[in-house]
Amino acid sequence: MLSLERVSARYGAFQALFDVSLQVNAGESVAVIGPNGAGKTTLLRVISKLVEPHDGELRFESEDLNPVPAHEVLARGIAHVPENRRLFPRLTVEENLRMGGFPRFCRPRFAERLEVAYALFPRLKERRRQPAGTLSGGEQQMCAIARALMSDPKLLLLDEPSAGLSPVMVQAIFELVRRICAEGYTVLIVEQNIRQVLKVASRAYLLDAGRIKAKGPSQELLQSEEIRRTYLGL
Amino acid sequence: MTELLDIYLLEAVLNGLLLGGLFALLSLGLNLIFGVIDVVWICYAELMMCGMYAVYYLYVQFHWPLALAMLAAIGIVALLGFLLHQFVIRPVLAAEPINQLLVTGGVLFFLQAAATLAFGIDFRNLGLALPALRVGDMSFSAARLIAFGVALLGVLGLFLFLNRTYVGTAIRAISQDRAVMPLMGVSGPRIFAITSALGGALAGLGACLLVLQYDVHPAIGLSFGPIVFLICVLGGLGNLLGGFAAAFVFAQFISIGGYFFAIEWGYVIAFAFFIAAMFWRPRGLFSR
Ligand SMILES: Nc1ncnc2c1ncn2[C@@H]1O[C@H](COP(=O)(O)OP(=O)(O)OP(=O)(O)O)[C@@H](O)[C@H]1O
Ligand SMILES: [Mg+2]
Repeated sequence: MLSLERVSARYGAFQALFDVSLQVNAGESVAVIGPNGAGKTTLLRVISKLVEPHDGELRFESEDLNPVPAHEVLARGIAHVPENRRLFPRLTVEENLRMGGFPRFCRPRFAERLEVAYALFPRLKERRRQPAGTLSGGEQQMCAIARALMSDPKLLLLDEPSAGLSPVMVQAIFELVRRICAEGYTVLIVEQNIRQVLKVASRAYLLDAGRIKAKGPSQELLQSEEIRRTYLGL
Repeated sequence: MTELLDIYLLEAVLNGLLLGGLFALLSLGLNLIFGVIDVVWICYAELMMCGMYAVYYLYVQFHWPLALAMLAAIGIVALLGFLLHQFVIRPVLAAEPINQLLVTGGVLFFLQAAATLAFGIDFRNLGLALPALRVGDMSFSAARLIAFGVALLGVLGLFLFLNRTYVGTAIRAISQDRAVMPLMGVSGPRIFAITSALGGALAGLGACLLVLQYDVHPAIGLSFGPIVFLICVLGGLGNLLGGFAAAFVFAQFISIGGYFFAIEWGYVIAFAFFIAAMFWRPRGLFSR
Protein backbone atom coordinates (compact mmCIF):
# COMPACT_ATOMS: atom_id res chain seq x y z
CA MET A 1 0.00 0.00 0.00
CA LEU A 2 2.73 2.44 1.05
CA SER A 3 6.30 2.07 -0.07
CA LEU A 4 9.37 4.20 0.41
CA GLU A 5 12.44 3.44 -1.69
CA ARG A 6 15.79 4.85 -0.52
CA VAL A 7 14.25 8.09 0.72
CA SER A 8 16.44 10.79 2.20
CA ALA A 9 15.43 14.10 3.71
CA ARG A 10 17.24 17.13 4.98
CA TYR A 11 16.67 20.35 6.89
CA GLY A 12 18.97 22.80 5.17
CA ALA A 13 22.42 21.29 5.36
CA PHE A 14 21.45 18.77 8.04
CA GLN A 15 20.49 15.35 6.71
CA ALA A 16 17.82 13.71 8.88
CA LEU A 17 17.04 10.56 6.82
CA PHE A 18 19.46 8.39 4.81
CA ASP A 19 18.19 5.91 2.19
CA VAL A 20 15.15 4.82 4.15
CA SER A 21 13.17 2.00 2.55
CA LEU A 22 9.93 0.87 4.13
CA GLN A 23 6.71 -0.93 3.19
CA VAL A 24 3.27 -1.01 4.73
CA ASN A 25 0.70 -3.46 3.39
CA ALA A 26 -3.06 -3.00 3.58
CA GLY A 27 -4.51 -4.09 6.92
CA GLU A 28 -1.13 -4.16 8.67
CA SER A 29 -0.01 -2.29 11.74
CA VAL A 30 3.63 -1.35 11.50
CA ALA A 31 5.79 0.39 14.11
CA VAL A 32 8.81 2.62 13.73
CA ILE A 33 10.91 2.69 16.89
CA GLY A 34 14.12 4.48 17.74
CA PRO A 35 15.76 6.88 20.17
CA ASN A 36 15.24 10.67 20.39
CA GLY A 37 16.30 12.52 17.30
CA ALA A 38 16.39 9.35 15.18
CA GLY A 39 14.24 10.93 12.48
CA LYS A 40 10.93 9.17 13.24
CA THR A 41 8.85 12.35 13.08
CA THR A 42 10.70 13.42 9.96
CA LEU A 43 9.81 10.11 8.33
CA LEU A 44 6.09 10.65 8.94
CA ARG A 45 6.36 14.27 7.79
CA VAL A 46 7.94 13.08 4.55
CA ILE A 47 5.05 10.66 3.96
CA SER A 48 2.58 13.56 4.51
CA LYS A 49 4.73 15.76 2.27
CA LEU A 50 5.17 18.33 5.03
CA VAL A 51 8.87 17.78 4.37
CA GLU A 52 9.93 17.36 0.74
CA PRO A 53 11.98 14.20 0.28
CA HIS A 54 15.38 15.17 -1.00
CA ASP A 55 15.85 11.93 -2.84
CA GLY A 56 14.12 8.58 -3.31
CA GLU A 57 10.71 7.29 -4.28
CA LEU A 58 7.44 7.57 -2.41
CA ARG A 59 4.45 5.52 -3.57
CA PHE A 60 0.95 5.05 -2.19
CA GLU A 61 -1.37 2.55 -3.86
CA SER A 62 0.91 2.60 -6.90
CA GLU A 63 0.61 6.39 -7.23
CA ASP A 64 3.77 8.45 -7.10
CA LEU A 65 3.44 10.75 -4.07
CA ASN A 66 6.44 12.91 -4.95
CA PRO A 67 4.51 15.53 -6.96
CA VAL A 68 1.50 15.59 -4.60
CA PRO A 69 1.31 18.77 -2.44
CA ALA A 70 0.87 18.32 1.32
CA HIS A 71 -2.74 19.50 1.42
CA GLU A 72 -3.79 16.86 -1.12
CA VAL A 73 -2.31 13.91 0.72
CA LEU A 74 -5.35 13.55 2.99
CA ALA A 75 -7.62 13.14 -0.03
CA ARG A 76 -5.38 10.27 -1.21
CA GLY A 77 -6.30 8.43 2.02
CA ILE A 78 -3.39 9.18 4.37
CA ALA A 79 -4.27 10.84 7.69
CA HIS A 80 -1.56 12.00 10.10
CA VAL A 81 -1.85 12.46 13.87
CA PRO A 82 1.10 14.79 14.44
CA GLU A 83 3.56 14.87 17.30
CA ASN A 84 2.14 16.86 20.26
CA ARG A 85 -1.42 16.40 18.92
CA ARG A 86 -1.66 19.92 17.48
CA LEU A 87 -5.36 20.45 18.18
CA PHE A 88 -6.91 23.87 17.58
CA PRO A 89 -7.19 24.89 21.24
CA ARG A 90 -9.94 27.51 20.87
CA LEU A 91 -12.12 25.43 18.58
CA THR A 92 -14.53 23.05 20.26
CA VAL A 93 -13.96 19.31 20.14
CA GLU A 94 -16.60 18.97 17.45
CA GLU A 95 -15.12 21.80 15.38
CA ASN A 96 -11.74 20.09 15.56
CA LEU A 97 -13.38 16.95 14.25
CA ARG A 98 -15.02 18.95 11.49
CA MET A 99 -11.57 20.17 10.42
CA GLY A 100 -10.48 16.51 10.15
CA GLY A 101 -13.27 16.03 7.60
CA PHE A 102 -12.57 19.23 5.68
CA PRO A 103 -11.94 17.81 2.16
CA ARG A 104 -15.03 18.04 0.00
CA PHE A 105 -15.47 14.29 -0.41
CA CYS A 106 -15.73 13.90 3.41
CA ARG A 107 -18.46 16.45 3.96
CA PRO A 108 -21.56 14.42 2.99
CA ARG A 109 -20.47 11.71 5.44
CA PHE A 110 -19.68 14.01 8.35
CA ALA A 111 -22.59 12.91 10.61
CA GLU A 112 -21.85 9.26 9.99
CA ARG A 113 -18.12 9.63 10.72
CA LEU A 114 -18.91 11.66 13.83
CA GLU A 115 -20.88 8.72 15.18
CA VAL A 116 -18.00 6.36 14.46
CA ALA A 117 -15.64 8.71 16.33
CA TYR A 118 -17.96 9.11 19.30
CA ALA A 119 -18.52 5.35 19.49
CA LEU A 120 -14.75 4.86 19.70
CA PHE A 121 -14.24 7.78 22.11
CA PRO A 122 -17.39 8.29 24.25
CA ARG A 123 -15.50 10.84 26.36
CA LEU A 124 -15.28 13.16 23.39
CA LYS A 125 -19.02 13.09 22.92
CA GLU A 126 -19.52 14.33 26.49
CA ARG A 127 -17.08 17.16 25.81
CA ARG A 128 -18.04 17.99 22.24
CA ARG A 129 -18.93 21.64 22.92
CA GLN A 130 -15.84 22.29 25.03
CA PRO A 131 -12.76 24.08 23.61
CA ALA A 132 -10.16 21.43 22.82
CA GLY A 133 -7.58 23.38 24.85
CA THR A 134 -9.48 22.58 28.05
CA LEU A 135 -9.24 18.79 27.61
CA SER A 136 -6.84 16.64 29.61
CA GLY A 137 -3.76 15.31 27.83
CA GLY A 138 -5.30 11.90 27.23
CA GLU A 139 -8.54 13.38 25.97
CA GLN A 140 -6.58 15.63 23.65
CA GLN A 141 -4.79 12.63 22.20
CA MET A 142 -8.14 10.91 21.68
CA CYS A 143 -9.44 14.03 19.97
CA ALA A 144 -6.40 14.17 17.70
CA ILE A 145 -6.86 10.53 16.69
CA ALA A 146 -10.60 11.00 16.19
CA ARG A 147 -9.90 14.06 14.03
CA ALA A 148 -7.64 11.99 11.78
CA LEU A 149 -10.26 9.26 11.49
CA MET A 150 -12.94 11.69 10.26
CA SER A 151 -11.82 11.29 6.65
CA ASP A 152 -12.02 7.48 6.93
CA PRO A 153 -8.37 7.16 5.88
CA LYS A 154 -6.83 4.11 4.26
CA LEU A 155 -3.61 4.67 6.20
CA LEU A 156 -3.30 6.24 9.63
CA LEU A 157 0.04 7.75 10.71
CA LEU A 158 0.44 8.07 14.49
CA ASP A 159 3.34 10.04 15.98
CA GLU A 160 4.00 9.07 19.62
CA PRO A 161 0.38 8.92 20.80
CA SER A 162 1.47 7.94 24.32
CA ALA A 163 3.97 10.78 24.83
CA GLY A 164 3.48 12.87 27.95
CA LEU A 165 0.57 10.84 29.35
CA SER A 166 0.11 9.24 32.78
CA PRO A 167 0.76 5.45 32.97
CA VAL A 168 -2.98 4.75 33.18
CA MET A 169 -3.65 6.92 30.15
CA VAL A 170 -0.78 5.29 28.23
CA GLN A 171 -2.48 1.93 28.74
CA ALA A 172 -5.80 3.36 27.59
CA ILE A 173 -4.29 4.87 24.45
CA PHE A 174 -2.53 1.64 23.49
CA GLU A 175 -5.78 -0.21 24.06
CA LEU A 176 -7.48 2.23 21.66
CA VAL A 177 -4.72 1.83 19.08
CA ARG A 178 -5.18 -1.93 19.35
CA ARG A 179 -8.91 -1.51 18.69
CA ILE A 180 -8.29 0.79 15.73
CA CYS A 181 -5.95 -1.81 14.22
CA ALA A 182 -8.50 -4.55 14.92
CA GLU A 183 -11.16 -2.57 13.09
CA GLY A 184 -9.13 -2.95 9.93
CA TYR A 185 -7.37 0.41 9.65
CA THR A 186 -3.86 0.27 8.31
CA VAL A 187 -1.58 1.95 10.84
CA LEU A 188 1.99 3.21 10.81
CA ILE A 189 2.90 4.16 14.37
CA VAL A 190 5.98 5.88 15.76
CA GLU A 191 6.72 5.24 19.43
CA GLN A 192 9.40 5.50 22.07
CA ASN A 193 7.47 3.13 24.28
CA ILE A 194 9.03 0.17 22.49
CA ARG A 195 7.74 -2.69 24.58
CA GLN A 196 4.13 -1.53 24.37
CA VAL A 197 4.12 -0.70 20.69
CA LEU A 198 5.67 -4.00 19.72
CA LYS A 199 2.72 -5.73 21.36
CA VAL A 200 0.34 -3.77 19.14
CA ALA A 201 2.22 -3.81 15.83
CA SER A 202 2.88 -6.94 13.83
CA ARG A 203 6.09 -5.64 12.23
CA ALA A 204 8.56 -2.94 13.13
CA TYR A 205 11.46 -0.91 11.79
CA LEU A 206 14.25 0.34 14.00
CA LEU A 207 15.42 3.81 13.00
CA ASP A 208 18.60 5.28 14.46
CA ALA A 209 20.44 8.43 13.36
CA GLY A 210 18.36 8.59 10.18
CA ARG A 211 19.05 5.02 9.04
CA ILE A 212 17.00 1.81 9.25
CA LYS A 213 19.09 -0.40 11.54
CA ALA A 214 16.79 -3.40 11.79
CA LYS A 215 13.38 -4.61 10.66
CA GLY A 216 11.21 -7.64 11.12
CA PRO A 217 8.24 -9.13 12.95
CA SER A 218 7.76 -7.50 16.36
CA GLN A 219 8.39 -10.71 18.25
CA GLU A 220 11.77 -11.19 16.58
CA LEU A 221 12.84 -7.63 17.31
CA LEU A 222 11.77 -8.00 20.94
CA GLN A 223 13.97 -11.06 21.28
CA SER A 224 16.98 -9.73 19.43
CA GLU A 225 19.90 -9.53 21.81
CA GLU A 226 21.23 -6.25 20.37
CA ILE A 227 17.92 -4.43 20.57
CA ARG A 228 17.31 -5.60 24.11
CA ARG A 229 20.70 -4.33 25.17
CA THR A 230 20.94 -1.07 23.23
CA TYR A 231 17.38 0.16 23.15
CA LEU A 232 15.56 -1.56 25.98
CA GLY A 233 18.39 -1.44 28.49
CA LEU A 234 18.06 -5.10 29.49
CA MET B 1 -28.80 65.59 37.79
CA THR B 2 -32.28 65.13 36.43
CA GLU B 3 -31.86 68.01 33.99
CA LEU B 4 -28.89 66.19 32.45
CA LEU B 5 -30.99 63.20 31.59
CA ASP B 6 -32.99 65.24 29.16
CA ILE B 7 -34.24 64.21 25.80
CA TYR B 8 -31.22 65.62 23.96
CA LEU B 9 -28.87 63.47 26.00
CA LEU B 10 -31.04 60.48 25.15
CA GLU B 11 -30.82 61.50 21.53
CA ALA B 12 -27.03 61.71 21.80
CA VAL B 13 -26.86 58.26 23.38
CA LEU B 14 -29.06 56.75 20.69
CA ASN B 15 -27.08 58.45 17.93
CA GLY B 16 -23.93 57.10 19.58
CA LEU B 17 -25.45 53.65 19.41
CA LEU B 18 -26.12 54.08 15.68
CA LEU B 19 -22.58 55.34 15.13
CA GLY B 20 -21.26 52.39 17.16
CA GLY B 21 -22.96 49.93 14.84
CA LEU B 22 -21.30 51.58 11.85
CA PHE B 23 -17.88 51.59 13.55
CA ALA B 24 -18.35 47.94 14.50
CA LEU B 25 -18.78 47.01 10.87
CA LEU B 26 -15.92 49.24 9.68
CA SER B 27 -13.50 47.62 12.10
CA LEU B 28 -14.58 44.06 11.31
CA GLY B 29 -12.56 43.48 8.14
CA LEU B 30 -9.33 44.96 9.50
CA ASN B 31 -9.70 42.92 12.67
CA LEU B 32 -10.41 39.72 10.76
CA ILE B 33 -7.32 40.16 8.60
CA PHE B 34 -5.13 40.81 11.61
CA GLY B 35 -6.57 37.94 13.63
CA VAL B 36 -6.14 35.41 10.84
CA ILE B 37 -3.16 36.55 8.76
CA ASP B 38 -1.36 38.53 11.46
CA VAL B 39 -0.89 41.53 9.20
CA VAL B 40 -2.30 45.05 9.63
CA TRP B 41 -3.79 46.54 6.49
CA ILE B 42 -2.82 50.15 7.15
CA CYS B 43 -4.50 51.00 3.84
CA TYR B 44 -7.85 49.54 4.96
CA ALA B 45 -9.69 52.88 4.92
CA GLU B 46 -8.30 53.61 1.44
CA LEU B 47 -9.92 50.39 0.26
CA MET B 48 -13.16 51.83 1.62
CA MET B 49 -12.49 55.03 -0.31
CA CYS B 50 -12.18 52.96 -3.52
CA GLY B 51 -15.51 51.36 -2.72
CA MET B 52 -17.12 54.77 -2.16
CA TYR B 53 -15.87 55.99 -5.53
CA ALA B 54 -17.13 52.80 -7.14
CA VAL B 55 -20.64 53.41 -5.79
CA TYR B 56 -20.47 57.07 -6.79
CA TYR B 57 -19.39 56.44 -10.38
CA LEU B 58 -21.69 53.51 -11.02
CA TYR B 59 -24.71 55.25 -9.51
CA VAL B 60 -24.21 58.89 -10.47
CA GLN B 61 -22.26 58.65 -13.74
CA PHE B 62 -23.44 55.33 -15.15
CA HIS B 63 -26.97 55.47 -13.67
CA TRP B 64 -26.92 51.96 -12.27
CA PRO B 65 -29.59 51.20 -9.68
CA LEU B 66 -28.14 52.03 -6.26
CA ALA B 67 -28.40 48.47 -4.89
CA LEU B 68 -26.61 47.06 -7.92
CA ALA B 69 -23.91 49.73 -7.73
CA MET B 70 -23.35 48.83 -4.09
CA LEU B 71 -23.16 45.09 -4.78
CA ALA B 72 -20.65 45.77 -7.55
CA ALA B 73 -18.63 48.01 -5.20
CA ILE B 74 -18.49 45.21 -2.61
CA GLY B 75 -17.27 42.85 -5.33
CA ILE B 76 -14.66 45.34 -6.53
CA VAL B 77 -13.23 45.94 -3.05
CA ALA B 78 -13.24 42.17 -2.39
CA LEU B 79 -11.14 41.80 -5.52
CA LEU B 80 -8.84 44.61 -4.31
CA GLY B 81 -8.42 42.79 -0.98
CA PHE B 82 -7.53 39.60 -2.82
CA LEU B 83 -5.03 41.40 -5.07
CA LEU B 84 -3.53 43.24 -2.10
CA HIS B 85 -2.88 39.90 -0.44
CA GLN B 86 -1.53 38.09 -3.47
CA PHE B 87 0.80 40.81 -4.71
CA VAL B 88 1.73 42.86 -1.64
CA ILE B 89 1.22 40.80 1.53
CA ARG B 90 2.21 37.34 0.34
CA PRO B 91 5.78 38.26 -0.60
CA VAL B 92 6.36 39.75 2.88
CA LEU B 93 4.39 37.21 4.96
CA ALA B 94 7.58 35.87 6.53
CA ALA B 95 9.21 39.31 6.84
CA GLU B 96 9.46 41.54 9.90
CA PRO B 97 6.17 43.16 11.02
CA ILE B 98 7.65 46.61 10.35
CA ASN B 99 8.18 45.71 6.68
CA GLN B 100 4.59 44.54 6.44
CA LEU B 101 3.42 47.85 7.90
CA LEU B 102 5.58 49.75 5.44
CA VAL B 103 4.31 47.97 2.35
CA THR B 104 0.65 48.42 3.29
CA GLY B 105 1.47 52.02 4.22
CA GLY B 106 2.91 52.37 0.72
CA VAL B 107 -0.35 51.11 -0.72
CA LEU B 108 -2.18 53.77 1.34
CA PHE B 109 -0.25 56.61 -0.30
CA PHE B 110 -0.44 54.94 -3.70
CA LEU B 111 -4.25 54.67 -3.54
CA GLN B 112 -4.58 58.24 -2.27
CA ALA B 113 -2.39 59.62 -5.05
CA ALA B 114 -4.04 57.45 -7.69
CA ALA B 115 -7.50 58.63 -6.56
CA THR B 116 -6.38 62.27 -6.72
CA LEU B 117 -5.10 61.77 -10.26
CA ALA B 118 -8.10 59.81 -11.43
CA PHE B 119 -10.95 61.59 -9.68
CA GLY B 120 -9.56 65.00 -8.68
CA ILE B 121 -9.82 66.52 -5.24
CA ASP B 122 -13.51 67.46 -5.43
CA PHE B 123 -15.90 66.28 -2.75
CA ARG B 124 -18.55 64.11 -4.34
CA ASN B 125 -21.78 62.68 -3.04
CA LEU B 126 -24.68 60.61 -4.24
CA GLY B 127 -27.08 63.53 -4.03
CA LEU B 128 -29.58 61.48 -2.10
CA ALA B 129 -31.92 63.33 0.25
CA LEU B 130 -32.71 60.72 2.83
CA PRO B 131 -35.34 61.84 5.34
CA ALA B 132 -34.80 62.12 9.06
CA LEU B 133 -36.91 60.08 11.39
CA ARG B 134 -38.55 62.11 14.16
CA VAL B 135 -39.50 60.52 17.44
CA GLY B 136 -41.01 63.15 19.72
CA ASP B 137 -38.36 65.87 19.87
CA MET B 138 -35.57 63.57 18.81
CA SER B 139 -34.38 63.16 15.24
CA PHE B 140 -32.36 60.38 13.62
CA SER B 141 -31.11 60.40 10.05
CA ALA B 142 -32.39 57.55 7.92
CA ALA B 143 -28.89 56.99 6.54
CA ARG B 144 -27.66 56.29 10.06
CA LEU B 145 -30.55 53.98 10.81
CA ILE B 146 -29.95 52.03 7.60
CA ALA B 147 -26.21 51.90 8.27
CA PHE B 148 -26.85 50.61 11.78
CA GLY B 149 -29.22 47.87 10.60
CA VAL B 150 -27.00 46.72 7.76
CA ALA B 151 -23.92 46.85 9.98
CA LEU B 152 -25.55 44.56 12.54
CA LEU B 153 -26.62 42.18 9.76
CA GLY B 154 -23.06 42.21 8.43
CA VAL B 155 -21.62 41.39 11.84
CA LEU B 156 -24.15 38.62 12.33
CA GLY B 157 -23.51 37.25 8.84
CA LEU B 158 -19.77 37.09 9.41
CA PHE B 159 -20.28 35.43 12.78
CA LEU B 160 -22.52 32.74 11.26
CA PHE B 161 -20.11 32.22 8.37
CA LEU B 162 -17.14 31.74 10.72
CA ASN B 163 -19.05 29.38 12.99
CA ARG B 164 -21.27 27.37 10.66
CA THR B 165 -19.28 26.68 7.50
CA TYR B 166 -16.24 24.54 6.76
CA VAL B 167 -14.29 27.42 5.26
CA GLY B 168 -15.24 29.67 8.19
CA THR B 169 -14.05 27.07 10.67
CA ALA B 170 -10.82 26.72 8.70
CA ILE B 171 -10.35 30.50 8.88
CA ARG B 172 -10.57 30.35 12.67
CA ALA B 173 -8.38 27.25 12.78
CA ILE B 174 -5.59 28.70 10.66
CA SER B 175 -5.24 31.60 13.09
CA GLN B 176 -4.48 29.07 15.83
CA ASP B 177 -2.07 26.74 14.01
CA ARG B 178 -0.93 27.59 10.50
CA ALA B 179 1.56 24.78 10.05
CA VAL B 180 -0.78 21.87 10.76
CA MET B 181 -3.42 22.92 8.19
CA PRO B 182 -2.14 20.72 5.32
CA LEU B 183 -2.85 17.67 7.50
CA MET B 184 -6.51 18.72 7.44
CA GLY B 185 -6.40 18.79 3.66
CA VAL B 186 -6.47 22.59 3.75
CA SER B 187 -4.32 24.77 1.54
CA GLY B 188 -3.16 27.61 3.78
CA PRO B 189 -2.53 30.10 0.95
CA ARG B 190 -6.05 29.46 -0.35
CA ILE B 191 -7.63 30.19 3.06
CA PHE B 192 -5.56 33.39 3.32
CA ALA B 193 -6.74 34.46 -0.13
CA ILE B 194 -10.36 33.80 0.79
CA THR B 195 -9.95 35.67 4.08
CA SER B 196 -8.44 38.63 2.24
CA ALA B 197 -11.31 38.74 -0.24
CA LEU B 198 -13.71 38.56 2.70
CA GLY B 199 -11.89 41.40 4.48
CA GLY B 200 -12.12 43.39 1.26
CA ALA B 201 -15.84 42.64 0.92
CA LEU B 202 -16.39 43.92 4.47
CA ALA B 203 -14.48 47.10 3.60
CA GLY B 204 -16.72 47.37 0.53
CA LEU B 205 -19.85 47.01 2.63
CA GLY B 206 -18.48 49.67 4.98
CA ALA B 207 -17.92 51.91 1.96
CA CYS B 208 -21.56 51.56 0.90
CA LEU B 209 -22.73 52.63 4.36
CA LEU B 210 -20.27 55.55 4.51
CA VAL B 211 -21.18 56.91 1.10
CA LEU B 212 -24.80 57.21 2.23
CA GLN B 213 -23.73 59.71 4.88
CA TYR B 214 -20.45 61.31 3.81
CA ASP B 215 -18.91 62.92 0.75
CA VAL B 216 -16.11 60.99 -0.91
CA HIS B 217 -12.74 62.59 -1.69
CA PRO B 218 -9.21 61.19 -1.98
CA ALA B 219 -8.32 61.89 1.67
CA ILE B 220 -11.51 60.47 3.19
CA GLY B 221 -9.49 57.47 4.39
CA LEU B 222 -7.65 59.72 6.83
CA SER B 223 -10.95 60.58 8.57
CA PHE B 224 -11.85 56.95 9.21
CA GLY B 225 -8.60 54.97 9.09
CA PRO B 226 -7.29 56.10 12.49
CA ILE B 227 -10.66 55.57 14.20
CA VAL B 228 -11.07 52.09 12.77
CA PHE B 229 -7.54 51.17 13.76
CA LEU B 230 -7.94 52.56 17.30
CA ILE B 231 -11.17 50.63 17.77
CA CYS B 232 -9.45 47.39 16.79
CA VAL B 233 -6.60 48.09 19.20
CA LEU B 234 -9.02 49.09 21.95
CA GLY B 235 -10.86 45.79 21.58
CA GLY B 236 -7.63 43.82 21.34
CA LEU B 237 -6.30 43.51 17.76
CA GLY B 238 -7.71 40.40 16.14
CA ASN B 239 -10.40 39.91 18.79
CA LEU B 240 -13.64 40.25 16.80
CA LEU B 241 -15.99 40.40 19.79
CA GLY B 242 -13.69 42.85 21.60
CA GLY B 243 -13.62 45.11 18.55
CA PHE B 244 -17.40 44.94 18.32
CA ALA B 245 -17.81 46.10 21.92
CA ALA B 246 -15.05 48.70 21.62
CA ALA B 247 -16.82 50.27 18.64
CA PHE B 248 -19.83 51.07 20.84
CA VAL B 249 -17.70 52.36 23.72
CA PHE B 250 -15.74 54.62 21.38
CA ALA B 251 -18.86 55.91 19.63
CA GLN B 252 -20.49 56.80 22.96
CA PHE B 253 -17.45 58.88 23.94
CA ILE B 254 -17.71 60.81 20.69
CA SER B 255 -21.46 61.23 20.87
CA ILE B 256 -21.88 62.08 24.56
CA GLY B 257 -18.70 64.17 24.56
CA GLY B 258 -20.10 66.01 21.57
CA TYR B 259 -23.35 66.60 23.42
CA PHE B 260 -21.72 68.21 26.46
CA PHE B 261 -19.17 70.23 24.50
CA ALA B 262 -18.84 70.36 20.73
CA ILE B 263 -18.56 67.47 18.30
CA GLU B 264 -14.78 68.07 17.87
CA TRP B 265 -14.46 67.74 21.61
CA GLY B 266 -16.23 64.42 21.37
CA TYR B 267 -13.33 63.14 19.27
CA VAL B 268 -10.77 64.66 21.63
CA ILE B 269 -12.37 62.93 24.61
CA ALA B 270 -12.62 59.63 22.75
CA PHE B 271 -8.94 59.72 21.79
CA ALA B 272 -7.94 60.74 25.32
CA PHE B 273 -9.92 57.79 26.61
CA PHE B 274 -8.10 55.57 24.12
CA ILE B 275 -4.70 56.72 25.37
CA ALA B 276 -5.72 56.22 28.98
CA ALA B 277 -7.08 52.77 28.16
CA MET B 278 -3.80 51.80 26.54
CA PHE B 279 -1.96 52.57 29.80
CA TRP B 280 -4.54 50.71 31.81
CA ARG B 281 -5.03 47.70 29.53
CA PRO B 282 -2.31 47.73 26.86
CA ARG B 283 -3.58 44.55 25.21
CA GLY B 284 -7.08 45.93 24.73
CA LEU B 285 -10.09 46.53 26.95
CA PHE B 286 -11.40 43.04 26.39
CA SER B 287 -8.18 41.03 26.36
CA ARG B 288 -8.31 37.74 28.17
N1 LIG C 1 12.71 21.88 11.45
C1 LIG C 1 13.94 21.34 11.67
N2 LIG C 1 15.03 22.01 11.31
C2 LIG C 1 16.27 21.50 11.51
N3 LIG C 1 16.51 20.29 12.05
C3 LIG C 1 15.44 19.56 12.44
C4 LIG C 1 14.11 20.05 12.26
N4 LIG C 1 13.26 19.11 12.72
C5 LIG C 1 14.03 18.10 13.17
N5 LIG C 1 15.34 18.35 13.00
C6 LIG C 1 16.45 17.46 13.34
O1 LIG C 1 16.28 16.24 12.64
C7 LIG C 1 16.60 15.14 13.46
C8 LIG C 1 15.42 14.18 13.49
O2 LIG C 1 14.33 14.83 14.15
P1 LIG C 1 12.95 14.09 14.37
O3 LIG C 1 12.05 15.07 14.99
O4 LIG C 1 12.52 13.47 13.10
O5 LIG C 1 13.36 12.95 15.41
P2 LIG C 1 12.43 11.99 16.24
O6 LIG C 1 12.94 10.62 16.01
O7 LIG C 1 11.00 12.23 15.94
O8 LIG C 1 12.75 12.42 17.72
P3 LIG C 1 11.81 12.39 19.02
O9 LIG C 1 11.75 11.00 19.48
O10 LIG C 1 12.52 13.28 20.00
O11 LIG C 1 10.46 12.94 18.62
C9 LIG C 1 16.97 15.70 14.83
O12 LIG C 1 18.35 15.73 14.94
C10 LIG C 1 16.42 17.10 14.80
O13 LIG C 1 17.24 17.97 15.56
MG1 LIG D 1 9.39 12.84 17.03
